[in-house]
Amino acid sequence: MVSGLSALHRKLLRELLRLWAQVLAIALVMAAGVATLLIGIGTYQSLERTREAYYQSHHLANVFATVTRAPGSMLAKIGAMDGVLAVDGRIVKVALADIEGLEQPASVRLISLPQQQAGTLNRLYLRSGRLPEAANHMEAVVSEIFAQAHGFREGSQFGVVVNGAWRQVTITGIALAPDHVYAIAPGEITPNSGRFGILWAPERTLAAAYDLGGAFNAVSVQLAPGTSEDAVITELDRLLDPFGAQGAHGRSQLTSHAYLDAELQQLRSMSEVLPPVFLLVAAFLVNMTLTRLIALEREQIGLLKAIGYSGRAIAWHYVEFVLLIAIIGLVIGTSFGVWAGNALTELYTRFYSFPVLVFSREPSLYAIAGGITLAAAVVGAIRAVRAAAALPPAVAMSPPAPPTYRRHSTRRLHLPLRQTGVMVMRQLLHRPWRSGGGIVGIALSVAVLVGSLWSVGGVEFMIDYSFNRTERQDAIVNFTSSKPLAATAEIARLPGVLSAEPFRAVGVEIGHAQVTRQIALMGRPATSPLTRILDADLKVVPIPPQGVLLTRSLAGILGVSPGDSVDIRLLDGERQRHQLHVAAVVESYLGLGAYMDMAALQALIGEGNRISGVNVTIDSLHQSELFAALKRSPSLGHISLQAAALTQFRATMAQNMYVMIAVLVGLASLIAFGVVYNFARISLSEQGREMASLRVLGFTRGEVSALLLTEIAILTLLAQPLGWFLGVLVARGMVEGFSSELFSMPLIIGPDVFATASLAVMAAALLSGLVVRRRVDRLDLIAVLKTRE
Amino acid sequence: MESAPPNRSDLLRVTKLTKTYAVGDAQVVALDGVDFVAASGEFVVILGPSGSGKSTFLNLIGGLDTASAGQAWFRDWQITGADDAGLTRYRRNHVGFVFQFYNLVPSLTARENVQLVTEIATNPMAPAEALAMVDMADRMDHFPAQLSGGEQQRVAIARAIAKRPDILLCDEPTGALDSKTGIVVLEALTRINAELGTTTLVITHNAAIRTIAHRVVSFADGRIAAIDTNAERQPAASVRW
Repeated sequence: MVSGLSALHRKLLRELLRLWAQVLAIALVMAAGVATLLIGIGTYQSLERTREAYYQSHHLANVFATVTRAPGSMLAKIGAMDGVLAVDGRIVKVALADIEGLEQPASVRLISLPQQQAGTLNRLYLRSGRLPEAANHMEAVVSEIFAQAHGFREGSQFGVVVNGAWRQVTITGIALAPDHVYAIAPGEITPNSGRFGILWAPERTLAAAYDLGGAFNAVSVQLAPGTSEDAVITELDRLLDPFGAQGAHGRSQLTSHAYLDAELQQLRSMSEVLPPVFLLVAAFLVNMTLTRLIALEREQIGLLKAIGYSGRAIAWHYVEFVLLIAIIGLVIGTSFGVWAGNALTELYTRFYSFPVLVFSREPSLYAIAGGITLAAAVVGAIRAVRAAAALPPAVAMSPPAPPTYRRHSTRRLHLPLRQTGVMVMRQLLHRPWRSGGGIVGIALSVAVLVGSLWSVGGVEFMIDYSFNRTERQDAIVNFTSSKPLAATAEIARLPGVLSAEPFRAVGVEIGHAQVTRQIALMGRPATSPLTRILDADLKVVPIPPQGVLLTRSLAGILGVSPGDSVDIRLLDGERQRHQLHVAAVVESYLGLGAYMDMAALQALIGEGNRISGVNVTIDSLHQSELFAALKRSPSLGHISLQAAALTQFRATMAQNMYVMIAVLVGLASLIAFGVVYNFARISLSEQGREMASLRVLGFTRGEVSALLLTEIAILTLLAQPLGWFLGVLVARGMVEGFSSELFSMPLIIGPDVFATASLAVMAAALLSGLVVRRRVDRLDLIAVLKTRE
Repeated sequence: MESAPPNRSDLLRVTKLTKTYAVGDAQVVALDGVDFVAASGEFVVILGPSGSGKSTFLNLIGGLDTASAGQAWFRDWQITGADDAGLTRYRRNHVGFVFQFYNLVPSLTARENVQLVTEIATNPMAPAEALAMVDMADRMDHFPAQLSGGEQQRVAIARAIAKRPDILLCDEPTGALDSKTGIVVLEALTRINAELGTTTLVITHNAAIRTIAHRVVSFADGRIAAIDTNAERQPAASVRW
């Protein structure tokens, strides 16, 4: 029996070698499933677990609040609140930075460091150097990505405008912090490593500079497990209310945390969609190939049974065959998945600052990937294997009953088909499940392509929408604190400024029923050509004299539509409450937004015609003079440059999305190639005898190949509309998976997306068809005539 | 060695036709310098044991295989030395084949199997006419799986003759049939030979069939061992085995 088994194993290995091309095509599709599973879940696990461990070890707070100025004594009161484990008060300020060699103004977030790190929240991870000390000159540690962008080392120096005064900062170390894993400048949509950084300076230094001795303006709170975050937020708001509280919030509204969450959500939706597609196709290919193999080995099966092998032994023999294919797929997929996962993780370290970020080495991940792949293979094999096991030996050893073909409606439809065309039609209709499976397989590759390619157009639309149609200014000058309207004229007089348009932005809590969100309520002049507001049809929505315009996502969250009213609570000053009616719902893809007439907003706040900043257009010839002037202007806060933002946005997209798309295009082509190749090989195997007969009858190689290529062409063409439809579903799923409160993507799929996807799949199909065609050319005309099938 | 094109009245002329195969390191001579001439309208039965070279001979003159040496001419066109496209044209326009296992396309009906050929031939007869010649007019719309072996072989003959070939090559056409059915098939072949004047070469190792031929060629060890001319042909119906 043992030697018998080894004979079966030898047969197995020889079958694998003989069918190597089909085996490889199936294994590659499986490998794609394994790889996407590993990349998706592995990267998700890496980010999620690293983040969790980092938050734990470096004590990331649970609740955050900002105030204008609160006395240090408040910290004890906050600490005494129910469920509060620890509390930490800091001084946090945004300041302009003047860095040699950087023409544009940069900005930094200054964060105070208590004298003792022990017991504090949001603790630093010091990558190198030492913590700063309070000294005559200003010392600070700097965030790693910012330091890398400028080549800062310990001892490097640059200028910072601290509370209106230019100060030289000396770097003593490079650090990371759990509340700034993702560092993004206020008001920007992508991280800009060179133009925004974090500086941690001694508390005494910042307290002296900002006149906040014994006081703080930012507080972080750590909660005991099981504590209601909402209750603490409410209580914290009440406690801090007299000190200009701007509304406490949990981690979900901490920018760094929210961006990581969005990334994790994307990874999860990727690993929910792609691996099942590949494994489904792989199972189909296994089924198709094994069914044919068993049909060809029918007599061998009968013989094996006749000499005493059990049905179970035969079944196991074929299961081993597909398990070996799956193992080949696993080896290839795991190698590629680990490599790509490492590369993606490496890419993440450019945007996300973690002390250590390595691609997941969880054994369970690899066990799951292996288990699922082997299971997909076995599921694909079950039907064919059961048929083989159930075949009585006497039946197996006689040739199968000839296939019964039926005359389909081709004649009734009066299709002008030649007999070769009739052959193709009957071959496809004779095995409707297999033909249908082939169509679905090819359609899935089209769907993967449509589902990924559309995002290129989506991103371009977002860029066009955000930077050309709505936010048309070249730069946004944000004042550190509000200024009189006359400041607009001051900015307009700066060299290189072509036009200036003021705005007033105030932090508010906006709510309807039980739902509230903290947002910046933006007041704009009635006519504001630089910053327009558009509706879903891209038509300009004028700012109404009364009432508020809400972005679609915000209106959706609050569950309001035009005509409803929303509650507004100012987060600054007297924290007055107002009711505003929703004048219209407008389109926006970035963040949650609300807009109203600037004069109306100023009236609401009741502090006269003060403004928060100015949108400007710039004469690029005089840009450097403007930047120099802005750098010298002490009272300006952050300056957002739209052009720089756009460049950064594109660069970020190029690195993330386009790399991902390139990978997906490759994988989708793999599906198309794998499905068509196996389909064509099996078709050739079944019809090889007829094709050889046709050659004998005087059909040319081209005419005979056309049989096979026509079959492939019909399947491929029928698969396109289904693929487009499934692709739109995938894209819609992706839009839902990707959209968060930070950004959403418009679902815009142009005809070019469908065309590109179809052409790519057709090219892959044609290529595999041509590979199989070479076998048609090599048909042995004589052998086929001498044998009964 | 070049030889002159054959006589115009000869349909097929073969000189020193040789085929060798490499089997491992050894060379196997399947056909060893055969000379043969077939006149237009002749009915030739080729006899010989397995491995005597008769099938190789048929494959070479049918343009299915290429010779190692020697020449074969169809009228004034040289079969040997033609490329694949030339051989394909030759088979398409001039040769009809009938095989032991019929080689019908299972997904096409009897009529459609014949149509397969008439669609690409230059001067074909109507499929129904070809099927009528083999007495299959009433089963034209049946698929091969619905026909008996003899019926399938008659469809194969109809498919072979529908293009009005110059040569009909049959390799063991009755090999898979019982004698009664085999005789019906032979009757079809002789009738076509008589009515259309198609030169017909029939391979068999059933010596009983020899009586229906004009000439009987016997193969042995890759060579033609004997050629006998029947002074009087017997009708196919008289054959018994």
